Amino acid sequence: MELIWDIVISAFLVIGGIFGFVGSLGLVKLPDPMTRLHAPTKAATVGVGSVLIASMIWFAVKQDHLSLHELIVTVFIFLTAPVTAHFISKANIFRDWPADKLPRPAGEGEWAVHQSDADTSKEELAGEQETEATQQD
Amino acid sequence: MIAYALIFAFACYCAALLFNLYRVVKAPGVTDRVLALDTMAINAIALIVLFGIYEGTALFFEASILYAMTGFVATVAFAKFILRGDIIE
Repeated sequence: MELIWDIVISAFLVIGGIFGFVGSLGLVKLPDPMTRLHAPTKAATVGVGSVLIASMIWFAVKQDHLSLHELIVTVFIFLTAPVTAHFISKANIFRDWPADKLPRPAGEGEWAVHQSDADTSKEELAGEQETEATQQD
Repeated sequence: MIAYALIFAFACYCAALLFNLYRVVKAPGVTDRVLALDTMAINAIALIVLFGIYEGTALFFEASILYAMTGFVATVAFAKFILRGDIIE
């Protein structure tokens, strides 16, 4: 039984190492920024994920206590990876893609990164202040 | 067997960190630098967890959680600064 767990933990460690390596190799080798954005997500999900699974099994088998800290780290990384990827791709569109090179978005309006008044919070705040003022009267 | 797998994983993540460092120093655009820094934070989390297995203590998970949080906040702050020229508007 001990041997089976050893094999499982080692397999997860090796898979995690390979995916982390491939993710960063893609960051160096791939040709343009948007494809480079795709490579490290493999390191973030499968790589770190399987290292964390290996650590969880290791602590459960070798030290006889099931630790759930790894689950917190996994959930946090899985929640934040799409947000960071979205932010970085938005910054990339804003810097490297002029508006006439981008395809037209469907429906009304332009791409939000190229619209100087895309932030509607100012008008909403102004509207709230007005309603507050009228309520005070 | 676990010892050899651990050494392999350590080697992989250290090489990955070196690749990221190369990308931070020598990048074609500023968003590539931000992406490389984000990947560095994620690889550092994996290294901390591996070191926790190597030492056999559960002490390092707090460090990895802190690293995940600060890495996320730093990346979002960088991207926001590139997008708007300001972080807290």
